[in-house]
Amino acid sequence: MSEVTKLIHKYLRHDKKFPHVWCPGCGIGIMLGALIRAIDRIGYEKDEVVLVSGIGCSGRLPVYVDFNTLHTTHGRALTFATGVKLAKPSLKVIVIMGDGDAVAIGGNHFIHAARRNIDVTAIIVNNSIYGMTGGQYSPTTPYGMRSSTTIYSNIEQDFKISELAVTAGAVFVGRGTVYHAKLLDSLIEKAILKEGFSVVEVISHCHTQYGRQNRLGTAVEMMEWQRDNAVPVEKAATMKPEELQNKMVIGILVNKELPVYQNEYDKIRERAKGIAGR
Amino acid sequence: MLQGNEAVVEGALRAGCRFFAGYPITPATEISEILSVKLPQVDGTFIQMEDEIASLGAVIGASLAGVKSMTATSGPGFSLMQENLGFAIIAEVPCVIVNVMRGGPSTGLPTSPSQGDVMQARWGTHGDHPIIVLSASTVCECYDITIKAFNLSEKFRTPVIVLIDEVVGHMREKMALSDEAEVEIFNRLKPTVPPEWYLPFEDTPSGIPAMANFGEGYRYHVTGLTHDIRGFPTSRPDEIGPFIDRLHRKISQHFSEIQMAEYYETEDAELTIVAYGCVARSARRAMIEAREKGLKVGLLKLITIWPFVRSAVEKVLKTSKNLLVPEMNMGQISREVKRVNRGVAKVFTLNKVDGTIITPEEIGNRIKEIF
Repeated sequence: MSEVTKLIHKYLRHDKKFPHVWCPGCGIGIMLGALIRAIDRIGYEKDEVVLVSGIGCSGRLPVYVDFNTLHTTHGRALTFATGVKLAKPSLKVIVIMGDGDAVAIGGNHFIHAARRNIDVTAIIVNNSIYGMTGGQYSPTTPYGMRSSTTIYSNIEQDFKISELAVTAGAVFVGRGTVYHAKLLDSLIEKAILKEGFSVVEVISHCHTQYGRQNRLGTAVEMMEWQRDNAVPVEKAATMKPEELQNKMVIGILVNKELPVYQNEYDKIRERAKGIAGR
Repeated sequence: MLQGNEAVVEGALRAGCRFFAGYPITPATEISEILSVKLPQVDGTFIQMEDEIASLGAVIGASLAGVKSMTATSGPGFSLMQENLGFAIIAEVPCVIVNVMRGGPSTGLPTSPSQGDVMQARWGTHGDHPIIVLSASTVCECYDITIKAFNLSEKFRTPVIVLIDEVVGHMREKMALSDEAEVEIFNRLKPTVPPEWYLPFEDTPSGIPAMANFGEGYRYHVTGLTHDIRGFPTSRPDEIGPFIDRLHRKISQHFSEIQMAEYYETEDAELTIVAYGCVARSARRAMIEAREKGLKVGLLKLITIWPFVRSAVEKVLKTSKNLLVPEMNMGQISREVKRVNRGVAKVFTLNKVDGTIITPEEIGNRIKEIF
């Protein structure tokens, strides 16, 4: 067993009935590996990590790993995470969502968690489709693509998740792909260490649903597409907008400082006690 | 002098509530406003969320982290909470939801009372599930019932709903807060076994497994999926059946601790009024006036709404040939009364859904008609 695999096994729940639910070739496993490596490098105890998820393929992730794990309702993971974090700020709260989870049914929670600057990390696996339910189009399915519910053509425009997070006020936003595994490791580590609402958008592939319906090939071919169409943010800064058409910019898009909710609330507590004591 | 909603706040704080997440809605806003002032004074947390779905999500998250938590709302918000209410039931997370009922359906009558959410409180979230719902008809009861709601939620690892109405929520009455020492507070049972032995959803003689808080060394999985005794998702019939059965049994085998009702002059009553919430106040007045006229009228006041206090209705059926169920809805509890009655007595209803309360006179007139 390679060292990398051994490390991952250290964090798996071996008493959980494997095999997992994901299709062979799914990108979620790469993301899970990156997450485990990031947590291991930072050195958190398993007891202090809370992994929260919503519903869908990505929602099944927490059950396999040995942290405090919480598999919530569809789109609501960030609301549960908000409660956990504010009730016990010493816990490190990481939220795993899919694209449907984060920006369709949970879109409102997503922008408000970013606006409030709640100190949680949101990792969004964006595979442009509802995979678990059979390949229906999601808010990130590009215009003109096919899905189980747009067999003629998708006539809606897609959300750019990272740009949405930037606009909503997230203090750290990074975009990676499951092809660029090392970048993903580093983005997730930086996001977790960042105090405040941090977002990592993970561009992934669903060859089973999205790939099959749009004739995009195997998992490997779809990952090659990620390789060929990703532009590092440093390089993108030197390119013209028309050159960036249909490309995805990867790297750290935002890294800024804003007051963090729980720290601000501590100040509110002091003021409130001062008033009560008068 | 306290308002019903203020008494709810005092009760919650006394019970140990230290986290509130809510969304503004009439006629429950006072609960939010006062807790936004008082919770930070006691190292608690108040947060105003983006909607009621988020509010109950945050409440459940905070409870899992070990903090007693609640939210307060009214009909439209209560509708939005049904999704996460089901989650709290299946994941067995203690929390309290106060619904200050207003007229519906939909936006309905924001500033007028109603008792229209009785059945929604019972069946609003999907799937088979037990639920505990308490009501209050006085300001004093708002305080006591809120404490009771927290105690029951902690004891039975379940959400508890407090159903009050706009009249009770906004009414001001004199009340003396009970002596600190006299109030019994129950905290969730924590595991005593080593973490590797801990089964967060195991069956026990009481049906209630011990609950570990996040971050205390017992790492386990919480899910809204049907799960096995370790918390892991399962689709095995031999695990699902016993699990759903235990969820119901942990409530049904403790009816005596959960079901509360009060009897007023029911021993010799030929007619017993069955009422709850602000209608119980009018009913009591009507009963006193009827007695003054020599009519043998009693009152059964329901405090626990769900699980329905079947034994209390059966008790009054031993003497009463007539039951009268006045309600500010089209007849929700009267259906339960009829179900328990099974033809033994005559069950009369008095329903009002125009946004005004049922007065003692209206109940008195109905009593006259029956006699």
